[in-house]
Amino acid sequence: MPRVIVDVMLKPEILDPQGKAVRAALTRLGYTGVADVRQGKRFELTLAEDPTAEALDAIGQAAATLLANPVIEDVVSIRLEAGSAPVPHPGSTPVLDQAQ
Amino acid sequence: MTRIGVVTFPGTLDDRDALRAVRLAGADGVALWHADADLRGVDAVILPGGFSYGDYLRCGAIARFSPIMDAVGRFAQQGRPVMGICNGFQILTEAHLLPGALIRNSGLKFICAEVALYLEDSVCQWLTPQEVTSHSRTAAENNHQVRHHHARQLEATKRVVRLPINHNEGNYICDVPTLAKLQAQGQIVLRYCAPDGSCLADGSAPNGALDNIAGICNRQGNVFGLMPHPERVCDGISGNTDGASFFNTIAQTLRSIEQ
Repeated sequence: MPRVIVDVMLKPEILDPQGKAVRAALTRLGYTGVADVRQGKRFELTLAEDPTAEALDAIGQAAATLLANPVIEDVVSIRLEAGSAPVPHPGSTPVLDQAQ
Repeated sequence: MTRIGVVTFPGTLDDRDALRAVRLAGADGVALWHADADLRGVDAVILPGGFSYGDYLRCGAIARFSPIMDAVGRFAQQGRPVMGICNGFQILTEAHLLPGALIRNSGLKFICAEVALYLEDSVCQWLTPQEVTSHSRTAAENNHQVRHHHARQLEATKRVVRLPINHNEGNYICDVPTLAKLQAQGQIVLRYCAPDGSCLADGSAPNGALDNIAGICNRQGNVFGLMPHPERVCDGISGNTDGASFFNTIAQTLRSIEQ
């Protein structure tokens, strides 16, 4: 099934305490070459069918409305995975549905 | 009787405390439900604290799109009073009814503490007794006296209050022009302060909040958001009644409008 990947990052000027903590842990582990870490979010939207241009536009709007808060975050990329057909993890989707 | 609504979202924790605080202030507490589309004719709305939708995605990001939030948005735009406490503040920023955002505490720890807060001179209607339009001259005079009395009380005893904070994402942030506007327009309502009321150095708020901001309101002063929990310290049982004024003032204003 086609899949759209949306990446969201905190705006560069927004402090990222989580990224700072990750960087400190990397330094403790001996990875001293890392100057900075910023932590973001990746959303994978699996679609029922190949999206039209309008459907992709709608996803762009959804990303800017819900997936990211434009006050503190940027949607840095929205891309359709070419020929994406992820192998379904046994039981993962039905279990999630039941949990709702 | 003045009716103040409290919205329950999935994951809200403090709705009952808020309803109780409303009743202690002499108003009728009206339970409102996130999935309803109307506000049942209330005179003011409180979005209480908690973890709506498990804080998934971002705090308040999903609750913001609840059916009742359309009604809350229209209510706010009409200039009617809305207060968001803790998670409610996060919902108001996500809904863009208040500027800025609340991000992870700078120390990366959940904070549960009683802290000192300084009540700034602000346009916040929830804490400042309001001018009431009345055709009766006597009533207007009475209201004036009430206002005067409250202002004096605020000056003398209520500049510094102690309120509990319980949050993981209370680190207020906004851009520089927004901060300048908040300051110039009297929209900064509460700041974290030292126990004696003196200012903290910038960056020393418990959660790292910009300019030590704990609560702000919109330009008109009717929409108010704060991270601390006044609803938990409204009667002597909790050993502290500093939260009572956050409900009493607006209840009194609304009562005088009714009369």
